[in-house]
Amino acid sequence: MSDLRQIAFYGKGGIGKSTTSQNTLAALVEMDQKILIVGCDPKADSTRLILNTKMQDTVIQMAAEMGSVEDLELEDVMKVGYKGIKCTEAGGPEPGVGCAGRGVITAINFLEENGAYDDVDYVSYDVLGDVVCGGFAMPIRENKAQEIYIVMSGEMMALYAANNISKGILKYANSGGVRLGGLICNERQTDREIDLSEELAKKLGTQLIHFVPRDNVVQHAELRRQTVIQYSPDCKQAQEYRTLAEKVHANSGKGVVPTPVTMEELEEMLLDFGIMQSEEDRLAAIAAEEAKSA
Amino acid sequence: MAKDLEDGYETLIEEVLSAYPKKAQKKRAKHLGVAGPAEAGDTEILSKCDTVKSNVKSVPGVMTIRGCAYAGSKGVVWGPVKDMVHISHGPVGCGHYSWSQRRNYYTGTTGVDSFVTFQFTTDFQEKDIVFGGDKKLEKTIDEINELFPLSKGISVQSECPIGLIGDDIEAVARKKKKDVNKTIVPVRCEGFRGVSQSLGHHIANDCIRDWVLEGEGSEFEASDYDVNIIGDYNIGGDAWSSRILLEEIGLNVVGSWSGDATLAEMENAPKAKLNLIHCYRSMNYICRHMEEKHGVPWMEYNFFGPSQIAASLRAIAAKFDKTIQDNAEKVIAKYQPLVDEIMAKYKPRLEGKKVMLYVGGLRPRHVATAYDDLGMEIVGTGYEFAHGDDYKRTGEHIKEGTLIYDDVTGYELEKFIETIRPDLVGSGIKEKYPTQKMGIPFRQMHSWDYSGPYHGYDGFAIFARDMDLAINNPVWGMFDAPWKKSA
Repeated sequence: MSDLRQIAFYGKGGIGKSTTSQNTLAALVEMDQKILIVGCDPKADSTRLILNTKMQDTVIQMAAEMGSVEDLELEDVMKVGYKGIKCTEAGGPEPGVGCAGRGVITAINFLEENGAYDDVDYVSYDVLGDVVCGGFAMPIRENKAQEIYIVMSGEMMALYAANNISKGILKYANSGGVRLGGLICNERQTDREIDLSEELAKKLGTQLIHFVPRDNVVQHAELRRQTVIQYSPDCKQAQEYRTLAEKVHANSGKGVVPTPVTMEELEEMLLDFGIMQSEEDRLAAIAAEEAKSA
Repeated sequence: MAKDLEDGYETLIEEVLSAYPKKAQKKRAKHLGVAGPAEAGDTEILSKCDTVKSNVKSVPGVMTIRGCAYAGSKGVVWGPVKDMVHISHGPVGCGHYSWSQRRNYYTGTTGVDSFVTFQFTTDFQEKDIVFGGDKKLEKTIDEINELFPLSKGISVQSECPIGLIGDDIEAVARKKKKDVNKTIVPVRCEGFRGVSQSLGHHIANDCIRDWVLEGEGSEFEASDYDVNIIGDYNIGGDAWSSRILLEEIGLNVVGSWSGDATLAEMENAPKAKLNLIHCYRSMNYICRHMEEKHGVPWMEYNFFGPSQIAASLRAIAAKFDKTIQDNAEKVIAKYQPLVDEIMAKYKPRLEGKKVMLYVGGLRPRHVATAYDDLGMEIVGTGYEFAHGDDYKRTGEHIKEGTLIYDDVTGYELEKFIETIRPDLVGSGIKEKYPTQKMGIPFRQMHSWDYSGPYHGYDGFAIFARDMDLAINNPVWGMFDAPWKKSA
């Protein structure tokens, strides 16, 4: 067994982190890798496609039921899914009460202390969209994940988010060993999406690991609570995820300390790609519009 | 015994400040000063010490003697309300370590209708942080209601985590008020709020306003002579030795806030004719509210030492008719023999002794006059958490050349005591033993060193005896090791 690799998937909410990560991990397991998934989202949907069902027994929920986290056994909260992938979910409170971030910290500490990380090649963290507090930054702190993969697309807000997450990584890169593994573009069919993604990767000092094309089969598989790898192992999309998995696997130790850009630089880049109108262009367009209607 | 510093305390302050880094030096310089000459009727301290800059954040890295907002609300204002249960909402430590610290005396049967010396907590665990503590709080309120059916109400004193996880304690309070039909007061006094316990006092006052006085109003009908004692926490029985004087001059004390207080007393308070405030800092807020909303005037008074007691009794009586005013004179005359006796016994033993104080709300100025009466001299005084208006009220009580220190640090106070070597230091438990180890007598002036009361004429007798016991204790003559005695 090689050294334990810990990776994490971050990205804007709704970008497809969970789908991309589970498909990638399903492909990695085909490469004989032993995998543990740590879902760090109170919604507990990071393991649904691997388990083919929604995880019921989250660490925090079980701990609360039993009294405290000390009363919990690893077996209570670790389920085995597709081809032996071990799955855990931190879980958390219903929206609007308590402290979900503290739940993530508690859950990760519990899993580590109770040997969940023994005898696996990969630990993968799937974290909710916004790193709103210290708890959700747990996987990038304290020498947890070594490489962060940012799932993004050509949409403006996804690019903003990718840049922001890079800032978070930079903050902890010096104190711990966390590095940016690269960007994974989940195609949204926006203008010049691949060029834009590559340009952002260049600005951040990293690489576009893979461009995952849009395919409806993902949707079909997801409705059946399956990864594409499981649902349609021979389709083209499954092959894309296998390629992504190989690239991630080969990327070991190649992470970088990211070089996030300022808001202005980011906006300039979007202007260059014609995604955003410059102020002059916008005024000219308004004037033209008015002239037409007059 | 005290060392006379020829050029006053200015050089001492400079010397003390010189140990700090530049930035801290600049900040702390604004809090240390020497009282300048005060004109008659001038109430403000004139000094280089910019007392307007009080009530600001302590300098990081120093040992401040201040408390937190939770201490101000639970420990000071709410804790003494005897027929209510006060829940320390959060992890167990805050409640446990603040348990019965202020010696708020009360009558009643503990555990049946009075709960001051009890300690209640929701004892937060990890899961309460993650899932929120509102469910546990509801359960706690139900249990308290069942176990202590004679409790009149419950206050929820928030510890830090409550503010961090955003527990909706107001919603719980409203819901449980309907369920158990008792007053439930949610207090957002999380420790991290504000710069000292002072904000806790303010928050606690606001909660009395919003959750106690804002009710249907009481059916109590007040007479023309009904007054409230506000800001007396009955430490060692202070409020009792105060109220007998007010009763003797013909007034009825209908509310005692909050030493030995009941919830009903607080509800009835707005019906009284006058609010008499002792600790201005911790309860002026509610007095101002009662003045605005209910038209109850308020006045400050001082029951430390015979000269201020007499002055206060006269000032209070002046707000009422001739009968009361005549009574006041009679009462003052009645206690004069007691005062004379105390003076005859203790003044010769205490005269000329130098005292340094460092306390909280009102004592740095109010107690000074009791020492004056005994012929003792205040050489230094300071407040933990005073605001500008406290300093405005201090000038008339202290003499020119008095050392003033605001939010003093452990280091500064130690240096001052060491250099000045007064005959007595009055401060808290943390300061007690270092001072005594320097060979200097000490009295705790927060808790009266497990003695008291010190208010009123009866209190003055005890005060004088205690100061004598501390200063003239033969142990101080044995301070030097026999083999080190100079020949």
